[in-house]
Amino acid sequence: MWNDDNNKKSALGLTMVEKILSRHAGKIVKKGEICIADIDFAFGQDGTSSVIIDSFREMGVEKVFDKNKCAIILDHSCPSPIVGVSNIHKKIREFVKETGIILHDIGDGVCHELVPAKGYVKPGDLVLGADSHTCTYGALNMCSTGMGSTDVAAAMIAGKTWLKVPETIKFIANGKLKKGVYSKDLILYLIGQVSADGATYKACEYTGEAIDDLSIEARMTICNMAIEMGAKFGIMNFDKKLETWLEKKGIKDYKKVESDDNAEYLKIYEYDASSITPMVAMPHTVDNVASINDVKGTHIDEAYLGTCTNGRIEDLTIAANILKGKKINKNVRFIVAPASREIYLEAMEKGLIKIFVEAGAAVVSPGCGCCVGTHNGVPSDGENVISTANRNFKGRMGNNKAFIHLASPATVVSSAIEGKIADPREYLD
Amino acid sequence: MILEGNAHRFIKPDGNDNDINTDYVISGRYKFQCEDYNELATHVMEDLDSNFYKNIKKGDIIVAGKNFGCGSSREQAPIAIIYAGISCIIAKSFARIFFRNSFNKGLPLIECDTDKIEKGDKLNVDLEKGIIKNLTKNFDIKFNAIPPLMLKLLHDGGLVNHFKKNKGFNID
Ligand code: SF4
Repeated sequence: MWNDDNNKKSALGLTMVEKILSRHAGKIVKKGEICIADIDFAFGQDGTSSVIIDSFREMGVEKVFDKNKCAIILDHSCPSPIVGVSNIHKKIREFVKETGIILHDIGDGVCHELVPAKGYVKPGDLVLGADSHTCTYGALNMCSTGMGSTDVAAAMIAGKTWLKVPETIKFIANGKLKKGVYSKDLILYLIGQVSADGATYKACEYTGEAIDDLSIEARMTICNMAIEMGAKFGIMNFDKKLETWLEKKGIKDYKKVESDDNAEYLKIYEYDASSITPMVAMPHTVDNVASINDVKGTHIDEAYLGTCTNGRIEDLTIAANILKGKKINKNVRFIVAPASREIYLEAMEKGLIKIFVEAGAAVVSPGCGCCVGTHNGVPSDGENVISTANRNFKGRMGNNKAFIHLASPATVVSSAIEGKIADPREYLD
Repeated sequence: MILEGNAHRFIKPDGNDNDINTDYVISGRYKFQCEDYNELATHVMEDLDSNFYKNIKKGDIIVAGKNFGCGSSREQAPIAIIYAGISCIIAKSFARIFFRNSFNKGLPLIECDTDKIEKGDKLNVDLEKGIIKNLTKNFDIKFNAIPPLMLKLLHDGGLVNHFKKNKGFNID
């Protein structure tokens, strides 16, 4: 049997992830074991929910396990650019009406911003999303992971899923990030170190002074990209900052977890965060990373600020501070998509949107924007794009003849000003 | 379960077939607008080989390097592969979500060293015994047995049918 006292440091030798899965399985489970675990929340987005609905219907049931713990979020192609998508949106709205689950319709924002911001998830939870970047919420000291639509349909019905308990890799980022270097640069650096499959099937614990220094939002940027190392979960420690963040949102009754001192790790990597420069992931893989020092000057046609990785208020603020009083290079198209309606509103109130629009940006509706190539800024053949997103696969933004570079909001906006990949440190005093 | 078919291999622009992601399997261009899986199947792998779909014979096998299926969680990737008539995928390793999705949809995935398998080789795969026979080149490759849960899902015809049959999960 599982005992919640074990969530604190214990003598069991368990990682945070093993503890969370044990609690949800109702018994102690360790790496390698397959278990059936209760889930706390499950959702899909407009690209994956059509198949969730089909699987749901095929399984021959009518009800979800708990309608307040299931959601569908329309974010990938919103507002709909074509009839095919419009019909999928309609199918989703009808399903939501029938089952009574939570719906976020067009303009509400990207799923991975909304799910934590709306308080649907909390420390200690186990959460599934039919979207690969569901690992984002590990920044809240919990387990969340992306699964396919049929898995999520089964979870919405049974309130359970089957899981293999992963081994954990620990990343320790010592020291402080230098000025102009952000959590995005840190995670790009780490992915470059371990490669795109360096943590396949594994859980990643991100710890160390450089992580402690980050805001909860900036921590989400790191956990968001755990999947780009192949990981099942990215997870971080509970601390005072997270406690305050939860308090502000009125989130209570959570079960924070700590890894045991004698927990077993597959590997422990240690890095000096103070030696990291701004980083850029060069086309066409996320682990093809380079220091800004080696790639600045590369010509840029389009710049994109937004997504579940870097479309939060902190990101927009960093970019607007650099852009203030300047203009976007006349050869660059600069597209901005706030990650949610609330962020959009806050950015308006703070005058950030005005700065973007005056500088020459096209601000589009909250959502995934052009990240996944459905609309809102598909690049043309042979063009170079620099984006705050998490993926630069060939064809990702809708054109397999374009070249996508990934970087922090500061690097992206600096590059948009210069028309070439630029070092943001030159814009900060 | 015995599967038999010819091997198909792909080369990415960087000269190898590691990290073939779900955007290669089926581009987002189609994913969001196409509900017809037979239509979706005609676009499988088209960014890597525009003639691929035309050349598939039912039962054929995709062979690749490391980390096949990395990227998005789109279940349309294994669905499109199944509808294209592919019977299984053999790779050095698979990305996690793709791995689950494939077994959930009834598409077997096999992990082993694929270096010696060439495009066009005729393969015979025994899932229970864990043996691939290369009938063209006359050698065998052993692979790790498929975990019992996965075999159960395949035998039940995927997760949906498993659920229908067992009224929920039944993996013990
Ligand atoms: S912003 Fe991009 S990466 Fe994030 S959920 Fe949307 S499509 Fe996926």
